[in-house]
Amino acid sequence: MSEQQFYHALKVDKDLCFGCTHCMNVCPTDAIRIRDGIASIRKNWCVDCGECMKSCPVDAFYVEQDDFEKIFNFKYRVAVLPSVFIGQFSKQIKECEIIDVLKGLGFTHVVPAEATVDVINESMLDELKSDRDKPMISAFCPSIVRLIQVRFPGLVNNIIPIKPPIDTTAMYYRELLQEEGKSADEIGVFYVTPCASKIATVKSPVGDDMSNVDGVINMDFLYNKVYHVLKTRSNTQFSCEETVPYLSPKGLNWSLTDGEASQMTGRCLAIDEIHNVISFLEKVENDEIINVDFLELRACDQSCAGGVLLTENRFLTVERLKNRAERINASGKYVQNISDAHRQLIKNNNYVGRVEPRSMMVLDEDMSIALKKMERVRRMMCYLPGIDCGACGAPNCESLAKDIVRKEANLSNCVFLQRMMEKSKKLDPQHSIRIIEKTWGKDRLDKDCKKKGAKDEANM
Amino acid sequence: MKFSYEVEGGNFAKAGNAASNVKKVLKQLNVDPKIIKRIVVALYEGEVNVVAHAYKGMVLVDIDPSRIHIRIEDEGPGIPDIDLAMQVGYSTASAMVREMGFGAGMGLPNMKRNADVIDISSKVGEGTVVELTTKLTS
Repeated sequence: MSEQQFYHALKVDKDLCFGCTHCMNVCPTDAIRIRDGIASIRKNWCVDCGECMKSCPVDAFYVEQDDFEKIFNFKYRVAVLPSVFIGQFSKQIKECEIIDVLKGLGFTHVVPAEATVDVINESMLDELKSDRDKPMISAFCPSIVRLIQVRFPGLVNNIIPIKPPIDTTAMYYRELLQEEGKSADEIGVFYVTPCASKIATVKSPVGDDMSNVDGVINMDFLYNKVYHVLKTRSNTQFSCEETVPYLSPKGLNWSLTDGEASQMTGRCLAIDEIHNVISFLEKVENDEIINVDFLELRACDQSCAGGVLLTENRFLTVERLKNRAERINASGKYVQNISDAHRQLIKNNNYVGRVEPRSMMVLDEDMSIALKKMERVRRMMCYLPGIDCGACGAPNCESLAKDIVRKEANLSNCVFLQRMMEKSKKLDPQHSIRIIEKTWGKDRLDKDCKKKGAKDEANM
Repeated sequence: MKFSYEVEGGNFAKAGNAASNVKKVLKQLNVDPKIIKRIVVALYEGEVNVVAHAYKGMVLVDIDPSRIHIRIEDEGPGIPDIDLAMQVGYSTASAMVREMGFGAGMGLPNMKRNADVIDISSKVGEGTVVELTTKLTS
């Protein structure tokens, strides 16, 4: 198993986190524990889905991004913009207006992240004819790829090893600028990300170590900037004419649910939201799903429109994008303009390297030791209350028991067992307070009227 | 290490419960995913057989570092001709069961293919016992 550390853009702000259990309880891979009153994420278990960030009542999670000023280190500053960014704006605002505002903020080029989907789609259709295990699974969503690696290692060979469009789009536009005679080190390519997992791919791609992206900017940060300009401008200040459509209808819809599945052949299914995906993959693993050729799986509800870094309501974003695609379709103006040579270049750089399984469920590499550990877990479960309250700092009793056999926790972390131990005089009440403080932080149980919901709550 | 699971006749919503649980256990024991898949597919077929044909049943699992032994026993109509039941495509499933996508006559042959050793005994009018043994290392 690989000991490699994985880059995660999701971070916990230690000043804001007050140690509640919301994130720990929603994490689909049980990757969060509370220690010293703060949520801590197990790096090798985390799949960057962002569920923790969505559930946090005090916005203690944040997505690490590059300093916006970094774009000015380059003479040519390219923004790679996913279609969902545009989808957040109502139809009164034309694509060219959004692009003009972005250029006003400092970018010299604004290009659609999905520009290369037609070529990617072709490569995926070719792969669908290969003898890979079925159903074949798209590698579009990095959280899903990581989820399969850590929880469904038996399904890594079902993944179609074709990169999502960001990387080849970045490479393609970099190439175009160089062909115009611009030198490589003058070109800075910045990806505007809708979520934490896409960043992780850019910084440490699964199975691939080169990235064509120089930096990452969070979509909510840029949305606020653009929206501010649009809101405060005078009506006559900006006017632009849409000459050619910004992106193909297929490209606009690609990152939405059914965006890929509707473009593949055979029997295709699209499933969004990570818990839905997990229950479906359980069935795939049991061979309960037969005669399905292709699975489009996305971690977020409504796919990228539901990304943690989107500001607008995801259902409105989907509706608006679909309407924009409809209008472009009806106009008949969109023309695919990638040259044959560039199509070949994109195809040659499409492949993700090998996606290795790295199961995080294994109790021990040695099967007989793992068996002994599991027997211990089952014996401990006879005593643990099964309430799954999370007061020990682990998401449920079984997780605590497994942490104990991994020597990362003790049975006395359970607040109910503490009471039982105190009753039989095996544990001093002062000692159990110290144990609780170790999990929840010192003074955590002192009176605090400023906490959320309390009488002097400091609303932020 | 022993596990046991009850199987309810006629309730297809719960068919696969034992298979999913055994799968979870084997993943934690670091068993090769390919071996896990064979075991889980065979057990799932066995569970569906009990749900489709019997009144009720039990799955008894015994794991040691060398092998997994699964005993699927049911109270049900029994199998009059085991050799015939082992033939691909032969099925006695009702029209209702077939409509739900089961009963293609692949159950027992699929179990045989996915287990190292399969042992079937049955009494008409009483029930059936299927025993599957598979090595955990290749």
